[in-house]
Amino acid sequence: MKPARFDYVAPTNLDDALSALAAGGGEARALAGGQSLVPMLNFRLGGPATLVDLNAVDELAFVEPTEEGGLRLGAMARQQTLEHDPLVRIRAPLLAEAAPWIAHAQIRSRGTIGGSLAHADPAAELPALLMVLGAQARVARAARGSESGARIERASSLCDLYLGPFFTSLEADEILTEVEIPGLRVGEGTAFAELARRRGDYAIVGVAVRVRLGADGLCEDAAISLINAGPTPCLAEDAAAALLGEVPTPAAIANAAEIASLQCSPAADMHGSVAYRRHLVRVLTNRVLLRARGRARERVV
Amino acid sequence: MSDVSIRTRINGEEWTGAVEPRLLLSDFLRGNLGLTGTHVGCEHGVCGACTVRFDGDPVRACLMFAVQIDGHEIETVEGLSPAAGTDLRIADLHPIQRAFHETHGLQCGFCTPGILMTVASFLERNPKPSDREIREAISGHLCRCTGYHNIVAAVARAAELLTEVEA
Repeated sequence: MKPARFDYVAPTNLDDALSALAAGGGEARALAGGQSLVPMLNFRLGGPATLVDLNAVDELAFVEPTEEGGLRLGAMARQQTLEHDPLVRIRAPLLAEAAPWIAHAQIRSRGTIGGSLAHADPAAELPALLMVLGAQARVARAARGSESGARIERASSLCDLYLGPFFTSLEADEILTEVEIPGLRVGEGTAFAELARRRGDYAIVGVAVRVRLGADGLCEDAAISLINAGPTPCLAEDAAAALLGEVPTPAAIANAAEIASLQCSPAADMHGSVAYRRHLVRVLTNRVLLRARGRARERVV
Repeated sequence: MSDVSIRTRINGEEWTGAVEPRLLLSDFLRGNLGLTGTHVGCEHGVCGACTVRFDGDPVRACLMFAVQIDGHEIETVEGLSPAAGTDLRIADLHPIQRAFHETHGLQCGFCTPGILMTVASFLERNPKPSDREIREAISGHLCRCTGYHNIVAAVARAAELLTEVEA
């Protein structure tokens, strides 16, 4: 249970971190909070030749408001920030609501937002939460070969980031640097629920939703994302689409929850069968949609 | 793979030296510094026994490398009570430790140091917690003896004792 040897670099700015990662030629890995990577190293599941520690890259550790009423979260912002930062509570109440469910306090104090997103655990809360909020990720790498400039950046929707369990579209020389969350709009409400054996344990199933109601009470926009109900963090698109243009009555919400339950693709493990997880998707989706609807109604002008 | 020089403060004392990058913080504290109050259970961040405080926040010492404490401050269970050694009296213990003693909040004691460090941070943020909040706060710790009931009572008692100290 001890990691194999590796070289260690601790750059203090993003450009140096990107260069170090590029210099590793696929054998280097970025170390963010380390709450998933270090256990893997302890188990010797994959041994990078070099660890590029991002913990001294202060420019990645921020939570900032955007002019559009949203938030920018730096990759190295700690997960506990979501729980304690008043700005997050106001601008992204879904994140504040779900934060206590993201692992345990001792993990959240160290674990980062970017680290969780890049790790791509289908049972993790953050990818699903940010997906349902319509967040965009920014990804950076050092210029390769003939490219001009020091740094190449690109934007990626959260949905495009996830290719499979623990598998993202990030290249070996890329770092996910930040995510931007749009502001909560008029008539918009969000909610989250999860079932876990103990608070902080991996979700058996979790659901996050966002709904927007017009002044006429019709559903103008909806998103539903499921945690640990498929090989990747995923949106239940058909279930959300079933609500569009409808009055979100209990019957319409129950119908959407039924679609989410039928279309998700959970796996069985010691904590629950496929049938049990589908049941949970239905029950939890129904519950959080009702709660989000209530919150949306309070925000209709 | 060469050793890296670090400068850190552990339980208030400055420490300077070189460590191998792959050395876990938990092994550094126990092996290099002899601070064996930090216990090593699962070594993959599940059991909570190795919890220490990093710049005031509880962290798993088995999920950090010793090189990462460069420029930072660590507090272990040895730093809780200023008095130590064989002639230690109950009255000299930290109020959280006294509360665990009073309420039988431990049996074998293996998980206790980690819980104490978590509770120290928790009660700073939340000095008057409910039972539910206490249960959530200690959810990252495994205890195979107590059934947790007396640990919850101990944390509640610790909150009382700490409030008395401040009053």
